[in-house]
Amino acid sequence: MAEKSAPGGASAYKPVSMSSKEYKAFAKAREPSRSVLANCIRAFVVGGAICLLGQGIQQFFMAAFDMKAQEAASPTVAVMILLSVILTCLGVYDKIAQWAGAGTAVPVTGFANSMCSAAIEHRSEGLVLGVGANMFKLAGSVIVFGVVAAFFIGIIHWLIGAGG
Amino acid sequence: MMQYLWAFLIGGGICVLGQLMFDVGKLTPAHTMSLLVVLGAVVDGFGWYDPLIKFAGAGATVPITSFGNSLVHGALSELQRDGWIGVITGIFEVTSAGISAAIIFSFLAALVVRPKG
Repeated sequence: MAEKSAPGGASAYKPVSMSSKEYKAFAKAREPSRSVLANCIRAFVVGGAICLLGQGIQQFFMAAFDMKAQEAASPTVAVMILLSVILTCLGVYDKIAQWAGAGTAVPVTGFANSMCSAAIEHRSEGLVLGVGANMFKLAGSVIVFGVVAAFFIGIIHWLIGAGG
Repeated sequence: MMQYLWAFLIGGGICVLGQLMFDVGKLTPAHTMSLLVVLGAVVDGFGWYDPLIKFAGAGATVPITSFGNSLVHGALSELQRDGWIGVITGIFEVTSAGISAAIIFSFLAALVVRPKG
């Protein structure tokens, strides 16, 4: 009501008429500028560091349990996922993710982060309809497209008789 | 020691590829991840992912592309053993550890953790 009565204030709130093209330019000029190069460097450093950590865990499994590199890959991924879930619970993973972009999204830890945060976020809707139904909200597309691609590649191998 | 260096470089490189899809391709994270998984699957279809793993270790097994690679690996190894039905039965053979761990840990986390912000 104050805005309506104040004669001086009205001009400050006068509607701005802009074409959508003008608006786009206006909005773009005010977007926080993060260059593609800076984003790529961050993604490279953080993504590389996560893989470096994975390599360390894998070497540990190979040394401690006398595993081959291939055998150590699965427990390594499981440990990485556990770490990612713990960091997600502490709210740390999403803080790093804001800075690192694809550096935290592309490694398998990002996959676990998307599942874990969806599960926690929808907990209030119940275990079945909330946690169960929403856990794969983001990760689901990855699994669906991965499986469909693997299916067709398998069929192609079967047809051409390469057999893998 | 070289193994660590290559893990860092190749793993970082795959993340940069993802970042370029975000920034230059203007793809959503879900589209980017799906594309990378399919990419990993196709590369393994040609038999090129294993040499990459040998070379880069965790640099190739930690990024999500290795998920596509594992799906194809499972399908192809059971295809070899059991014939065509193996394509269906084998897909989740190798990826079980990753998916099961993610489901179990996420579920347990949802039981104990309150959402933030």
